[in-house]
Amino acid sequence: MEPIPKILKVLNWITSALFVVALYMVLFFAPREAVMGDVQRVFYFHVSAGWVGGLAFLVTAIASGVYLARGDHRWDQIALASVEIGLFFTLANIISGSIWARPIWNTWWTWDPRLVTASIMELVYIAYLLLRQGVDDPDRRARFGAVYSIVGFISVPITFLSIRIFRTIHPVVIGSSDPAAMSSLTMDPKMRVAFFFSLFTFTLVYVTLLWHRLRLQHLAERVEQTKMKVLSA
Amino acid sequence: MPDATQSMEAIEQPAVIKRGSRFSGYLRAISAMVWKDLTAELRSRELLSAMLVFALLVILIFNFALELDIRTRETVTSGVLWVTFAFAGTLGLNRSMAVERDRGCLDGLLLVPVDRSALYFGKVLGNLIFMLIVEAIILPVYSLLYDVNLFHPGLMAVILLGSVGYVAVGTLLSTMAVQARTRDVLLPILLFPVVLPLLVAALKASNGFLQGFNMEEIWPWVYLLIAYDVIFIAVAFMVFDFVVEE
Repeated sequence: MEPIPKILKVLNWITSALFVVALYMVLFFAPREAVMGDVQRVFYFHVSAGWVGGLAFLVTAIASGVYLARGDHRWDQIALASVEIGLFFTLANIISGSIWARPIWNTWWTWDPRLVTASIMELVYIAYLLLRQGVDDPDRRARFGAVYSIVGFISVPITFLSIRIFRTIHPVVIGSSDPAAMSSLTMDPKMRVAFFFSLFTFTLVYVTLLWHRLRLQHLAERVEQTKMKVLSA
Repeated sequence: MPDATQSMEAIEQPAVIKRGSRFSGYLRAISAMVWKDLTAELRSRELLSAMLVFALLVILIFNFALELDIRTRETVTSGVLWVTFAFAGTLGLNRSMAVERDRGCLDGLLLVPVDRSALYFGKVLGNLIFMLIVEAIILPVYSLLYDVNLFHPGLMAVILLGSVGYVAVGTLLSTMAVQARTRDVLLPILLFPVVLPLLVAALKASNGFLQGFNMEEIWPWVYLLIAYDVIFIAVAFMVFDFVVEE
């Protein structure tokens, strides 16, 4: 088995350390929000997870485009790895939002445009995995996956913009034009630091996971090749 | 039954005429595709009849599921209609592409020396015609059964715009779905999440026309429909090659 590359090892440690710091910042450093109380602290990781979800799907769409243009297998692997990570973080985003909504909106779930568009986005990429599963020929699987991820990417900007174009009860914190929007919050400088720090940390977590996932794929392929070799010998 | 020989005959025409300008050759290829689909359907009538019967059944089921009395009817009519069109549409799209795949018809089509996008647009037009025929029959039946007046030019325009977008995406995705091992179940799973923004816009716009809202409230949804149509036709035009490539 190939050893883990040195840079990846270092990245593992940095990401873990930053995550601990981010946790500290969110739980202790950031001040308690005046109206919502401690439950507002969900916000930092909630938005970060949502950001990583969107970023991951963007990477997938770009990698898919490059794959279709160049036909290099590695881009397809990046697209697939990124979808899996994006699905996890989008789910984390939805669940953490639900935990926040329970005391604030007094319900776990409501059919608000943002919640609906986010779940549709999740479904699009689950469909992506199902499509790949249903195609046996590897080349065709990669091509179909790439096409579908480009078509399905429309759900990402729609999700991002949904709280800005529809009438919604979901707070708009970043780039809000209306500070009086329902349950919106204005960030204290310390909150801002904690927020951008967790955003950065989550991005790094994404990069680390993507790398590990690609390495796993590479190893799986080698196992497959070795198996073929043994069987044919 | 449409089969490979039959469709090859139908599309021989544009392949032979190479002296004309490229654009007219392109149009000829598209019309030959549409003509092939219509002729095959005229002989078998299996696609339209299946779509129609299914659409009627969906409406009947809605009748019991939603208790369509006079008061609820006004607010849910557009929803019932669009869900019916979407369901019947998947049935038609799946069948229309499965026919191409059976007996190597698609392979035959791919050998024709025209741009692949001509095949796509031909298929889209064919599917669109089938969908519009089904809608043209379902709408009067619905108005008759539930005594709702659906003959509103705005509603017709929305239905046309919605169907164009639905078929544009649906044709692309069904081309992929029929080539998969799980072809029987895949199309709705692939299609519905992607087409949902279109269905929501179509539904809201139709509802606006049926309930007589101000045009200011309807326009945003119509713009969304047009934007969706343009974006997806452009995307499908660019990626269709990769879906049929061998």
